[in-house]
Amino acid sequence: MEHSLTAEDQAHLEILQTQIKSSPKGRGQLIPLLQMAQKALGYLPDDALSLVADHLSVTRSEVYGVASFYNQFRFNPPGKNPVKVCMGTACHVRGGEIILENFERKLEIREGETTEDREFSIERVACVGCCALAPVALMGEILHGHMAPSKVEGLVLQVRLEKEKAQREAAK
Amino acid sequence: MITLTVDDRTIQAPDGSSVLSACLSAGIIIPHLCWMETDSPAGAPAACRLCLVEIDGFRDPVTACTVPVENGMTVYTGTEVVRSLQKMAFKLLLSVHRVDCKHCPANKACALQDIAKFLGVGLGCKPFERVLKEPEVDTHHPVFDYYPNRCVLCGLCVRICRQRHRQPQLSFAGRGFETVVGYFDADPLAAANCVSCRECLAVCPTGALVERTAFEGSTRGNS
Repeated sequence: MEHSLTAEDQAHLEILQTQIKSSPKGRGQLIPLLQMAQKALGYLPDDALSLVADHLSVTRSEVYGVASFYNQFRFNPPGKNPVKVCMGTACHVRGGEIILENFERKLEIREGETTEDREFSIERVACVGCCALAPVALMGEILHGHMAPSKVEGLVLQVRLEKEKAQREAAK
Repeated sequence: MITLTVDDRTIQAPDGSSVLSACLSAGIIIPHLCWMETDSPAGAPAACRLCLVEIDGFRDPVTACTVPVENGMTVYTGTEVVRSLQKMAFKLLLSVHRVDCKHCPANKACALQDIAKFLGVGLGCKPFERVLKEPEVDTHHPVFDYYPNRCVLCGLCVRICRQRHRQPQLSFAGRGFETVVGYFDADPLAAANCVSCRECLAVCPTGALVERTAFEGSTRGNS
């Protein structure tokens, strides 16, 4: 799914542009600049890759090649409620894959993607350090242990209801 | 000139050349995919793991492309150990390859078919599982379509592009099973040279890069 830039992203891009202009050049600066871009925008849209490529006078293909190698870089905007599903050994044994699949189906996106409204994004993580509660998922900063398909439904519904409620109150 | 023995034959090669290039110029076939004639032993990527040979004095088989020739060297290119390693490496390559030769433009001009024939093996990958990539074709490049499931990731296209233009338009992307070769520029003007160059198309050992017959953007997106 391609995400178009929001007004907020545009503003961040402009800040990034001035930051990049005053940065040192050279191939060795590629990863630091990508990190700077991701810090400013939360992800690496095409325009950010182009800014970095132009500053260092390398092709955009090369920049994308490097960025796509590292796990720390993402090409989809982070959701307001980032879902992290644990795929550690304990969670794997207790059916972490099933929980991930449930989130994917419920939110109609794949792992590594973000919903159209940028409300949710799904990621897989290795271990969050509470294997006794397996299978585990994080939504934002909140940890949910002993996950089950019904709990996935509940969590997503809860966030959506709260959003609707906030919208209704704002409209009043 | 350096004199060395390869499979009971005595051959000569210039100082500093690799065992692989020495054998190939003497007409001794060693399967290989990622090696370029301009590669020095230190600069060869040794990525395909097919050019393995046994050399007296080395405990294990070594990649012929990375070992410089030495006087009095004794090389064996067809021992049982070498062949079994080559067959294994070849199977691993095929495990990420869609074998559909009938519909492939490289049919009968394909390095994989040649190597299979040379090693006397089929195009199966047992006991390995076949892992294929999605989508089947990438149409980002203005001149050619890229078929990730035909690509063996030898890197020849990326390297030739870098050699010719200093600034490679092609690049490896992703990691592990998801690794692809590709063109990732949003601006079609950046690939203006590609229309006249086409070195990458010529160098591809398989049918991974296919020139679009009408590349004026008409086929973009309707793969």
